[in-house]
Amino acid sequence: MLRIEKGALGLIPYLMAGHPDRDRSRAAARSLAALPIAALELGIPFSDPLADGPVIQRAGQQALDGGMTVADCLELAADVAGRAPVIFMSYINPILAYGPERFAADAEAAGVAGVIVPDLPPEESGSVSAAFKAHRLASIFLVAPTSSEERIKLICAASSGFVYCVTLTGITGARAELPPDVGELLGRVRARTRLPIAAGFGISRPEHLGTLRGAADAAVVGSAVVHELAEGRDPARLVRELLAACR
Amino acid sequence: MRGRFGIYGGQYVPETLMSPLAELEAAWTAARSDPGYAAELERHRRTFIGRPTPLYFAERLSAEHGNRIHLKREDLCHTGAHKVNNALGQALLAIRMGKRRIIAETGAGQHGVATATLCARFGLDCTVYMGREDMRRQAVNVQRMRLLGAEVVEVTAGTMTLKDATSEAIRDWVTNVRTTHYIIGSAVGPHPYPEMVRDLQRVIGDEARAQYLAAEGRLPEVVVACVGGGSNAIGIFTAFVGDEDVRLVGVEAGGSGVAGGKHAASLVAGRPGVLHGALSYLLQDADGQVLPTHSVSAGLDYPGVGPEHSFLRDAERAEYVAVEDGQAVAALRLCTRLEGILPALEPAHALHHAGTLPGRVLVCLSGRGDKDLDNLAAD
Repeated sequence: MLRIEKGALGLIPYLMAGHPDRDRSRAAARSLAALPIAALELGIPFSDPLADGPVIQRAGQQALDGGMTVADCLELAADVAGRAPVIFMSYINPILAYGPERFAADAEAAGVAGVIVPDLPPEESGSVSAAFKAHRLASIFLVAPTSSEERIKLICAASSGFVYCVTLTGITGARAELPPDVGELLGRVRARTRLPIAAGFGISRPEHLGTLRGAADAAVVGSAVVHELAEGRDPARLVRELLAACR
Repeated sequence: MRGRFGIYGGQYVPETLMSPLAELEAAWTAARSDPGYAAELERHRRTFIGRPTPLYFAERLSAEHGNRIHLKREDLCHTGAHKVNNALGQALLAIRMGKRRIIAETGAGQHGVATATLCARFGLDCTVYMGREDMRRQAVNVQRMRLLGAEVVEVTAGTMTLKDATSEAIRDWVTNVRTTHYIIGSAVGPHPYPEMVRDLQRVIGDEARAQYLAAEGRLPEVVVACVGGGSNAIGIFTAFVGDEDVRLVGVEAGGSGVAGGKHAASLVAGRPGVLHGALSYLLQDADGQVLPTHSVSAGLDYPGVGPEHSFLRDAERAEYVAVEDGQAVAALRLCTRLEGILPALEPAHALHHAGTLPGRVLVCLSGRGDKDLDNLAAD
């Protein structure tokens, strides 16, 4: 079960499965899972990640170069899912190639709580979402700053678990500041759903979390955490610092 | 289903692009039924691109192969390839939408040059994404784009070719979508691009069909075109799809041989998957990772293909074959020697296959080969 409560600000750190290599990826996932995080988001590497900036692109390529497969990602998820809730982030093609039904069944067996597919809008999600639902996986869709009111309604209705609010018009990657209108966007989503709301993209610093407190129920931190690992540091240090700023 | 060709196509894109794609579709729907847009398109086609392009009977090539080959001369379009047909239509659309910044991806550089040319003509900002490997093998086109005022951004990710340039252009679009129109260069990408690019390229087949009937008093038996993303092929096929007796053949890049794995023949050797926003045939491994491709021609060096070709393949309305690097280079040399026409390496693939067919063959000569001279000298 996801540990996202409305009213508090939870933290969802992201790791690319298999980055920088299998052993260090597993060690990092275990060390983050031991912290009081809302969930751990595990990226499944893909050769052509359209929504990702350079840090996650490089991490994914490194994971693929190390031979990481979807089956390996499922195995890693199973290893940490007992310690913290795990959410997958995967582009649609690896899921299609694995088979959506088989993927959903194996993810459920691994103890995964939900799946984010950044290139699968609700309109294209029919059979994939049905498979997720049948295997009790949350289908987490994304709202973007460019989404119309009509689309926000559609996305909130299609989502389960939580709604993922993309804070900026762009790709993943740490930014110095969050856009000034992020609160307004979160408010528009809040008005459309009773589900918890997570904010993501660009969030990297403790002061960003202050901005989000009260407006979002969780914050996803991706590139900044992956960058720590890429630089050979233990990402738990940054995550502890961010957790302190959530309170 | 809307935005689909059978099961193929769709809009597999980040949410950020969904509303902009809906706006683009609305703008395109409005433009195509607006006589003002049609008149403007027609005027620029005539006075700027130089349309209609001729249909040419390749007499000596036909004698060599023992068949009857006609060439649709898209190499005579301003900027040297069919790409300009699409770039013109989309540049006019961008202006109607109030978007003054244009981005594009390019492989061989022909789409980049066409886009940069239209941006110069209409005073638009232009950024072109191009893989490092393609910048090396198509250096003349890089120079042309820069001369035209475009910024050419070197892409160093992945295989440093068209696939990676396209990914980078999409990332730019995701970031700057409020001010920017993305002129995608082939009949690929999310809906409405494959339809829009086809509609802008179908002028090739509409002209060729009428010209062929006028010249020969009947239709060709086979229409042949090269397929990377497949825009020139869908452009010439569309006019003939309803002519059941006319065979349609798309020629993909066989690289150094399909069996050896170094090629770009998505329809011949791939299976359905999602790349760059659409479901279509795709060269991918068992785990859904997109495979590196190889072709002597930068313009065909792409692991995906337009979704309408996937539909035509499954419906068995069109057939798709692969021609290897060496065969294409030989066909280029033969056409140049016998006809005094230097084709680009991309349509040289179609020329090779045309030489193997009996009867009346219409080939889309999609572009000229000046850009390939450095590569030929090296081999």
